[in-house]
Amino acid sequence: MNIHEHQAKEVLKSFGAPVALGVAITSVDQAKAAIDALPGPLWVVKSQIHAGGRGKGKFLEKEAGEKGGVRLGFSKEQALEHVRAMLGKTLVTAQTGAGGKQVNRIYIEDGADIEKELYLSLLVDRGTGKIAFVVSTEGGMDIEAVAHDTPDRIMTLPIEPSTGVTDADANAICDALKLVGQARTDMIGLSRILYKAFVEKDMAMLEINPLIVMKDGRVRVLDAKVSFDGNALFRHPDIQALRDKSEEDEKEIEASEWDLAYIALDGTIGCMVNGAGLAMATMDIIKLYGEEPANFCDVGGGAGKEKVAAAFKIIMKDPKVKGILVNIFGGIMKCDVIAEGVLAAVRETNLAVPLVVRLEGTNAELGKKIIKDSGLNVVPANDLDDAAQKIVAAVKGK
Amino acid sequence: MSILIDRNTRVLTQGMTGKTGTFHTEQGIAYGTQMVGGITPGKGGTQWEGTLPDGRQVQRPLFNTVAEARDKTGANATVIYVPPKFCAAAIEEAIDAEIPLIVTITEGVPVLDMVRVKDKLAKSKSRLIGPNCPGVLTPGQCKIGIMPGSIFSKGNIGVLSRSGTLTYEAVFQTTSEGLGQTTAVGIGGDPVKGTDFIDVLEMFLADDETQAIIMIGEIGGSGEEDAAQFIKDEAKRGRRKPMVGFIAGRTAPKGRTMGHAGAIVSGGKGDAESKIAAMESAGIVVSPSPARLGTTMTEVLKR
Repeated sequence: MNIHEHQAKEVLKSFGAPVALGVAITSVDQAKAAIDALPGPLWVVKSQIHAGGRGKGKFLEKEAGEKGGVRLGFSKEQALEHVRAMLGKTLVTAQTGAGGKQVNRIYIEDGADIEKELYLSLLVDRGTGKIAFVVSTEGGMDIEAVAHDTPDRIMTLPIEPSTGVTDADANAICDALKLVGQARTDMIGLSRILYKAFVEKDMAMLEINPLIVMKDGRVRVLDAKVSFDGNALFRHPDIQALRDKSEEDEKEIEASEWDLAYIALDGTIGCMVNGAGLAMATMDIIKLYGEEPANFCDVGGGAGKEKVAAAFKIIMKDPKVKGILVNIFGGIMKCDVIAEGVLAAVRETNLAVPLVVRLEGTNAELGKKIIKDSGLNVVPANDLDDAAQKIVAAVKGK
Repeated sequence: MSILIDRNTRVLTQGMTGKTGTFHTEQGIAYGTQMVGGITPGKGGTQWEGTLPDGRQVQRPLFNTVAEARDKTGANATVIYVPPKFCAAAIEEAIDAEIPLIVTITEGVPVLDMVRVKDKLAKSKSRLIGPNCPGVLTPGQCKIGIMPGSIFSKGNIGVLSRSGTLTYEAVFQTTSEGLGQTTAVGIGGDPVKGTDFIDVLEMFLADDETQAIIMIGEIGGSGEEDAAQFIKDEAKRGRRKPMVGFIAGRTAPKGRTMGHAGAIVSGGKGDAESKIAAMESAGIVVSPSPARLGTTMTEVLKR
């Protein structure tokens, strides 16, 4: 689960991380009060959407101006102008897709005198199975480009779970960031604060880009991007409360209420599958035969008939869907349950597009029989290849 | 031969009295697996009761703790169906009881729980397969987990996969081709897991009966690249077996998490092309289609 920058900073601040003064607003009136409450002389006006690359983004609407989603106000009036220009407009960044995202809230922050921009993130390193710091002196840039062009400027440091951040770890981070004096003292403390926050709140990723050293030598978190492990949210009601549903696809929200994984894509074929690997392989094979999936609904393991029917209905709600492929290889998931769920949904909704069903694995024969005996217009498929060819042919009208 | 499990494996079920635990224990017994007992705290001393697909009624003893169950049954493996919230504690209990093989099926275990478990595991005598995996199956001998037994046949292909359902594809297709399997291992799709590709590849290379290997990976992480390097290094030392590979997610949109498994591409690292290139450079024949794993293996074996 993702949260906004200003929420991420609140969370980090509660652990003692140094962040600037700032106020999040959703209206021009609130903005006036916020600007007055901040000392100046520089106000940073930042669009809050769940996507990176905001500073380099562009607004779709002309009246929002040519500048990106993060703007500097050198006076109260100018700061307010920026709010008026951006609020309610649509920001397109490298991560939003061409449609962009509506800016419904803006964070107004006290400006900082920046001496140096650094990069720091924490994540779970798959290779070692440990939480790792990733740090670089090349802050404020696209870190993936840095990783590609100058990998020697990035240091990855896995942390032992039993000890946490040791003195040696903290010093290694400071060395990699070339910090001395006050900045070094600040960073040694901050590395422990960030690790603690990451562990206690079950974060999946914490990225600070940039982390800055100010002209007075102090370290500050200038931007913060935090996402949480969805599987651990049950123990963090405070984090759950930060969820902003306006940032999410409506169908993805509905799917998550059923504990289904739904992914919206751009093609024509709606897909119901079990398992992420099969989801991706199904997408690969559909593309191999020259079509594109419109979406995916992964029912996972152990879904009941109602959940399967809900998944099917969510897939059908997408107007791009010209055909549906159900591709199930049951292990924990029983094929008869899939068959009954699909049929229930088909009967309820008057399916108007072709439906191809491939069932294999646990209780497959029973599932196939249920579909066959239903008398409904469902195209059975024998295997993955057959299923992909049949659905592609169907949506192409062959 | 086979790897990890055979007809002498004695298996406990943690979370045996739940719906999933019950169903798959029944399936395991029906397959001929020695399912010797289960653990459900508070129900120790009573009997678990199940009904096999042919209608036969079966019973197995229940225990309050894994240690007690191990002592009374002589179990050397355990399978875990405990809900995600309690799953890490269940694995830790099995590690403390020094169960040699722990297979965790549960999907949705918090990642940082697994970071803690993996640390404990490294200092223990146990091997963990999973979590979020379909389990391990040696045809005709032992089935641990949720893989559908009906698609297997005894043979000479070792199957290894990060994705549950694609494990079944590889098994199904090698059975259709008349090749069969020695053992199939689903290592699970979570970012932090007990056993990685290399561990299982080492076992398949060492197993005389395994003539060839199918390895299925997916985007994200670097497990496949590491495995390819391992295969390359072993080949230099004269240890090699024919291999067919597949990488799921070749066409996945960048930056999106695909399903529960946390398969995500970022910064060109861990993308399908990098994995496929690494595997091909190690001499692994990578199938472009998930539907042609079996036929590709047949072709490779004819060469």
